[in-house]
Amino acid sequence: MSERMTGAEAMVRCLEAEGVEVLFGYPGGVALPIFDALWDSEQIRTILPRHEQGAVHMADGYARATGKVAPVVVTSGPGATNTITGLANAYMDSIPLVVFTAQVSSAVIGTDAFQEADMTGITLPITKHNYLIKRSEDIPTVIKEAFHIATTGRPGPVLIDLPVDVAKGEIDFEYPESVNLPGYKPTYKGHAKQVKQAAQMITKARKPLLYVGGGVIASNASAELKELAELMQLPVTTTMMGKGCFPEDHHLWIGMPGMHGAKYTNYTLTEADLLIAVGVRFDDRVTGKLASFASKAKVIHIDIDPAEIGKNKAVDIPIVGDAKHILTGIVAELRKGGAEPRTDAWMRAVDDWRKRFPLHYGGADDGQLYPQYVVQRVSELTKDRDTVICTEVGQNQMWACQFYTLRRPRTWISSGGLGTMGFGLPAAIGAQAGRPDALVIDIAGDGSIQMNSQEMATAAIDKLPVKVVLLNNGYLGMVRQWQELFYGKRYSASVLGQENPDFVKLADAYGWLGIRVTDPKDVDDALKQAFDHDGPAFIDFRVVREECVFPMVAPGGSIDEMLGGVPGCAVSEMLDDELLEEVWE
Amino acid sequence: MDHHTLSVLVENQPGVLTRVASLFARRGFNIDSLAVGVTEDPTLSRITIVVSAEDTPLEQITKQLHKLVNVIKIQDLDPSESIDRELALFKVNAPAERRGEIVEIVNVFRAKIVDVGKNSLTIEATGSSDKLEAMEDLFRAYGIKELARTGKIALARGSKES
Repeated sequence: MSERMTGAEAMVRCLEAEGVEVLFGYPGGVALPIFDALWDSEQIRTILPRHEQGAVHMADGYARATGKVAPVVVTSGPGATNTITGLANAYMDSIPLVVFTAQVSSAVIGTDAFQEADMTGITLPITKHNYLIKRSEDIPTVIKEAFHIATTGRPGPVLIDLPVDVAKGEIDFEYPESVNLPGYKPTYKGHAKQVKQAAQMITKARKPLLYVGGGVIASNASAELKELAELMQLPVTTTMMGKGCFPEDHHLWIGMPGMHGAKYTNYTLTEADLLIAVGVRFDDRVTGKLASFASKAKVIHIDIDPAEIGKNKAVDIPIVGDAKHILTGIVAELRKGGAEPRTDAWMRAVDDWRKRFPLHYGGADDGQLYPQYVVQRVSELTKDRDTVICTEVGQNQMWACQFYTLRRPRTWISSGGLGTMGFGLPAAIGAQAGRPDALVIDIAGDGSIQMNSQEMATAAIDKLPVKVVLLNNGYLGMVRQWQELFYGKRYSASVLGQENPDFVKLADAYGWLGIRVTDPKDVDDALKQAFDHDGPAFIDFRVVREECVFPMVAPGGSIDEMLGGVPGCAVSEMLDDELLEEVWE
Repeated sequence: MDHHTLSVLVENQPGVLTRVASLFARRGFNIDSLAVGVTEDPTLSRITIVVSAEDTPLEQITKQLHKLVNVIKIQDLDPSESIDRELALFKVNAPAERRGEIVEIVNVFRAKIVDVGKNSLTIEATGSSDKLEAMEDLFRAYGIKELARTGKIALARGSKES
């Protein structure tokens, strides 16, 4: 039996049918029919951000933390255009979002009406798909399709532009049970023959390496990944997007690769003879100079998006499909063939590099407050708690990557592909909305946090008790680092000043707990106080100002040629081919 | 760089052409010719696109095209196993004393005169790009007042049917 109702009411019913619990929405003129309908929903909690960009990052953080979709609803024109950065961010990192932008009335579309913006046109290159709904009766079908498209295959953001007259029009509501999308059929099962070949290649490799990323998290394939790694004793490197999909306290985990990866990680990549790449896209921040990236390795590339395979790096065995299915298939093949691990000698070489080229930072005992130390203490003090780590973008993010030990998937939330400053705080708020019992921490920089600090109001008023760990060095730190290394220390437009603003007062103004720390001795107490506080808390750590993130691959350089860190290059006495052969025989 | 003729079957919906065309622009491809029309199934349209591209980038853009939700099927048509046609309209200067020559050219190329003016003839011609270019060359001697050409349309030959 269908029911008579407005398009906006039908929209809310659709969202309820999709299981939506949280929605981030900012109203405005033409969005009012939707907000009026939301008022009556008992299932959906509507959270009001302080800026539409914040709304999209919140939905993004929510999706990364829970794997579920929290829709965004904003008004037309500026409300809609403020979602652009968030959409681009989610698109780059393959995060499922459904964003509704209200639109001016159908009759005036195309007339430069008040608060009109061509949203389907603007968002074409930064959404997985988008819709302009022209008839009220299409609302249920479009919403059904939007959720399907956003969450299946390679996930991504979908935008729905909804004119106000369409939202007001009456329809007979019925929610469709299935979608009809002849042009959209993602491949989940890998090709059986290629899965078999991959298993064979793994058994033959002397120096194999699992290079895994966000795809493993999207596909919930952490258990399968661990099974494969342990079965064949394969070392694992996780990209920044993949952090958490493999426990970082595991002996097979060998760090994050790329521009700010550890030397031992990049040396392992450079020397490997087989890369088993899963849900990664050979991004330039990982590969550095492509020609010399893993140039000794054959490549198995597993990805659900066929367009990623061979895009940047030639592949020997391409397998299109879902990581979970395919890893399961490879493990089954290996078990069937009775394969045994043969990586003893290879792992000894890797461990030798790990011992000789660890991540480190200067002057641990010189009494200064180092940002890396703060991150290490956060890591230590949260290791037995259900914790979600979010980051801003820049040095804070890279130190979090290097010095926080993650153990579970969906506990790491960071802007990867787009590198969006201002992402961390709203993402943390969104994550907290999805994981109310978790300790949600934003490891922040003083530049980045100020790009969306207005959302401190949202956290306070909606009782989302996130914790901001601010590594305040008074600079746009990563910009300053590049200027130090590549622009003759000319700090053009990168100096913020540690006093500006007084973050403790700002925290107080928003109703947060604010703490300032200048001495390493006070770090633990401050963190404990913040973590145990039942509301949001902000710690302003006045860290050493001109610290760099090392090691570092110069832009466009080969990843085995790194600046900073322990001197030395990828020669290992352990990496003796004869020795490897001996083990093999 | 080789010319490739892509035959792209899409859902017949507003905005689909923009999605397809802007994907080419965004990935740095120049479209040499483009033709769109509805197919035997009114819910589907066929977009025929001619692009100049090396094989590797073409493979990448084909994969990206496949990812568009409204795209159903893509064929990279092999010239030896497909037929293609373009249509052109030439408005040629035609003073009375030279009309005979022009009519002869029209006959040789199996084209048609579709309009006669005081000082001009308008000629409709279909065929391959080469044929239309050859006609254009010949007509230039008389003076081409206006020229309109469609994009190329193409289909795989019958033997390719399953």
